[in-house]
Amino acid sequence: MILVENICKTFGENQVLENVSTRFEKGKTNLIIGQSGSGKTVLMKCCIGLIEPNQGVISFDNRPFSSVSERSKRSIRKEMGVLFQGGALFDSMNVEQNVMFPLNMFTEMSLDEKLDRVNFCLKRVNLINVNHLYPSEISGGMMKRVAIARAISNSPKYLFCDEPNSGLDPKTAEVIDQLISEITEEYNITTVVNTHDMNSVLQIGQSINFLYKGKLWWTGDKHSILNTDNQELKDFVFSTELTRRLRK
Amino acid sequence: MIKLLGEYLILLYEIFKRPDKGPVFRRQLLVEFIGLGVDSIGIVAIISVFTGAIVAIQTATNIDSPLIPLMMVGFTTRQMMVLEFSPTMISLILAGKVGSRIASEIGTMRVTEQIDALRVMGVNPANYLILPKITVSMLFNPVLIVFSIVLGLWGGLIACVVTGLVATPDYIAGLRGWFDPFTITYAMIKTVVFAFIIASVSGFLGFTVEGGSVEVGRASTKAVVASSILIIFFDLILTQLLLV
Repeated sequence: MILVENICKTFGENQVLENVSTRFEKGKTNLIIGQSGSGKTVLMKCCIGLIEPNQGVISFDNRPFSSVSERSKRSIRKEMGVLFQGGALFDSMNVEQNVMFPLNMFTEMSLDEKLDRVNFCLKRVNLINVNHLYPSEISGGMMKRVAIARAISNSPKYLFCDEPNSGLDPKTAEVIDQLISEITEEYNITTVVNTHDMNSVLQIGQSINFLYKGKLWWTGDKHSILNTDNQELKDFVFSTELTRRLRK
Repeated sequence: MIKLLGEYLILLYEIFKRPDKGPVFRRQLLVEFIGLGVDSIGIVAIISVFTGAIVAIQTATNIDSPLIPLMMVGFTTRQMMVLEFSPTMISLILAGKVGSRIASEIGTMRVTEQIDALRVMGVNPANYLILPKITVSMLFNPVLIVFSIVLGLWGGLIACVVTGLVATPDYIAGLRGWFDPFTITYAMIKTVVFAFIIASVSGFLGFTVEGGSVEVGRASTKAVVASSILIIFFDLILTQLLLV
């Protein structure tokens, strides 16, 4: 479980996060949703330690993560898998080397064991015979899947996904969502997904945190979100013609 | 400027930490050895042969006095190549070739979140990306410079033979005459310092890129300009310290 308590973050005069407190449950797909500029990316970056909050505490299973030394952070980071918006695959490495990278860095496995693990992870994300292709040779959806395979290769306890569906067609986006959800339940990990895709929200949102102007405005799940009375959340959820029609 | 220097020193502190994993570091060294070292041999060879030939012809055609022996052509070519042309000029060429490569490679990794990915995995990205580049540059550039000196002297000899300006025995006598072994030490010291400047400054400018492809291009240009200026500046300081 990841506990976020009273997180505040400002950039110059601009307060991006204001006293955000929430918890991300183990074995659940926890979503952070909100409009562009609502602070969801900053909150996720605070959680993975790329941005230091001005105030507040983030802890991973009762182990403090913010405001601790880099060495302490690194031990927790080794238990994290992160799926970046663009995949962030290493250009100079092929698919196999990308997925093997965390194993090379943090395990003492033999080459055969690492290859077995890489092939298992690639198969888990439905990728076969792509081991020797480079990131520039695969599609956006495949890149995301390789990035998921890399994120889970070292058996993380925490999985963070930043806009996993951005730039993908609806069908591929659904596959990625399903994959994240399955992996979360299968390995009983704490997954945090940052998204503004309503399809994802309704498909995998077991725990939803809605951010509005840097504040945590609403929490709930995919069932309660459609019946909310919260006006700002309603404006967000039913902002498209499709969702408005569905509501009618 | 002071802020920039402070950031550079902080990055150096991160770079010179113990590598996370020995075998991974050695593999990175091998990759950089090919990318930064072996791939530079061609350009160094071409420039060195032509520079040696030009120095020899220029010297030969500018010796008017019959009192100056023609062996001075070999002597001058050797001194020019060893003292200045090979260590400084080749380092300036490498600042362009290697420096821009380092800055754009690391800068692109920064703007495409690859460096963030390394950091959140628990890897020290400065150490993982820049230390192998600095190590390979400091180890392999002296080899390139020795190679450059040898090829420059051969270029001078070929020019003398082809143009007939200086007889081969005179040229070789000049190469051998009044040789001070310290000039080689001086050239190697300069080369190692310049290699450190090229790799660390370019790495720093790439590592601190913020923005997109335009900023990566700017960082690449800045890396070449900053490395070149620092090379010339430290050339002056080292010459003053070591030769005067």
